[in-house]
Amino acid sequence: MAADIRPKRPFRWHIGVFLAPAVLVYTAIMILPLAGTLQLSLFRNIEQHQVFVGLENFRMLFGDPNWSVGFWNALRNNTWFFIIHMLVQNPIGVMLAALLSSPRLRFAAFYRTAIFVPTILSFVIVGFAWKLILSPLWGVAPHLMDLVGLKSLFTPWLGKEQYALTALSLISVWQFVGIPMMLIYAALLSIPEEVIEAAECDGITGLAQFWKIKLPLILPSIGIISILTFVGNFNAFDLIYTAQGALAGPNYSTDILGTFLYRAFFGFQLQVGDPNMGAAIATMMFLIILGGVCVYLFLVQTRLRRYQF
Amino acid sequence: MSTATRSVPRTIGAHAILLTYTVIALFPVILVIMNSFKSRAGIFGAPLTPPTPKTFDLIGYTTVIGQGDFIHYFQNSLVVTVASLFLVLLFGAMAAFALSEYRFRGNSLMGLYLALGIMIPIRLGTVAILQLMVASGLVNTLTALILVYTAQGLPLAVFILSEFMKQVSDDLKNAGRIDGLSEYTIFFRLVLPLVRPSMATVAVFTMIPIWNDLWFPLILAPSEETKTVTLGAQLFLGQFVTNWNAILAALSLAIMPVLILYVIFSRQLIRGITSGAVK
Repeated sequence: MAADIRPKRPFRWHIGVFLAPAVLVYTAIMILPLAGTLQLSLFRNIEQHQVFVGLENFRMLFGDPNWSVGFWNALRNNTWFFIIHMLVQNPIGVMLAALLSSPRLRFAAFYRTAIFVPTILSFVIVGFAWKLILSPLWGVAPHLMDLVGLKSLFTPWLGKEQYALTALSLISVWQFVGIPMMLIYAALLSIPEEVIEAAECDGITGLAQFWKIKLPLILPSIGIISILTFVGNFNAFDLIYTAQGALAGPNYSTDILGTFLYRAFFGFQLQVGDPNMGAAIATMMFLIILGGVCVYLFLVQTRLRRYQF
Repeated sequence: MSTATRSVPRTIGAHAILLTYTVIALFPVILVIMNSFKSRAGIFGAPLTPPTPKTFDLIGYTTVIGQGDFIHYFQNSLVVTVASLFLVLLFGAMAAFALSEYRFRGNSLMGLYLALGIMIPIRLGTVAILQLMVASGLVNTLTALILVYTAQGLPLAVFILSEFMKQVSDDLKNAGRIDGLSEYTIFFRLVLPLVRPSMATVAVFTMIPIWNDLWFPLILAPSEETKTVTLGAQLFLGQFVTNWNAILAALSLAIMPVLILYVIFSRQLIRGITSGAVK
């Protein structure tokens, strides 16, 4: 360390000047409010005063039927939302990336650009556009299904309790498939030519090459997209809100933690907003996300072998 | 490349799958834009055909421009996005420079502290952020949004930029020091111009979520004066549920600026994603 060689170096003010703005804004607007929210979840507003109640809010959230039914429902729905993303979005993303990275593929740049388009659109656009397409009023979806002879299968998916959440998850998959595609594509491009050539010399080509050579090499990237999906899904709100409103209809069947938090915090229609319960739900979301990140950092990432070229 | 990796059926298969998915990705966007230029009868009669002289109609656009104050919302979004982007890039680059250039006690701890925000979404602190903004009188101002988005964008910006700043040659900086340049001059005059491409990448990554965000405008700045285009579109769409011309036109108006920017910057964005930052 330089400091050991010259112990009497003057205090380097410029380091502080360079760091200060970022650290100040980040601490004041992000870290302190986050800590404040965690703290707020331990208090309750009794006669205009914030009174410390320990874990009482959480007991209510898990035990009081007024809250717990909604909470467990939201958590269950959110888990399903995440499972669909893992089962549909990430495999499709990996497949598209594998196809895109095949050598000398023509129009690769065009495909890449086009498939990423939905990802840059806002949730408001995505939610409404799909609402229109799936609407029985307009009839685009039944018309298209008629072309392949499946018209009888059409129902207004977004309006039926048993289908709405899956339909919304698939819309979200449609929107975000570009992200795993790009990250995996980058990982595939960084595999050195020699490794692939060595595999070819051993007669491993095509699909076998993908499963045996490339897939193990891109596992760390698959780990990253899994955790990004996890964080994104358990923090989602906008799509449900734009497509189904804050009540996450029909009959709360598409309610996820984000919309549940919004209603608890701000209130909606007959329900009065309660910042302390909102903070308790946000704390639960924080713990869930933190848990996921820890599982990833300590269990998944350390076991994935990284290869240095 | 040996011939083993290229076979005609496989190439055709790859194109078929990619083309199918491209159609799936673009179809809703094209459908919305196409139908926004049609009359009501055209929208419902033949939704899948492009506008013909018979069905061509701009009624949707005239309704939207007459009803919603979209120019104003657009200005708000632009101010918020540009200001937050500027602050994220400036503060982010300064912090990244400090972390990558100097060795000081607590360096890696500071890096870790700033990186926390990459994984933990700022949205979870909303309850306390709203209280903070109420206390400081910033509710329903664009400043509140700018501050929140700056904090939200900083962690990733610092992380990516410090990776790139490590690659700037030490000889160059030391040559500057020998010539008597201050540390500030070295940063602004030597280092910043060299990392300009990675700044552009960070800019695109930071910009998209800010422009598209609905949560914070809804909570911190829902007033008519400070509505962003995303929130304005959401409320407008909610009001005009039955006016399909207006809805399709509003959607198209919201899509087009982003789409144009994307087409201009897509090369930059894709190069950014595929070059090291996320390896």
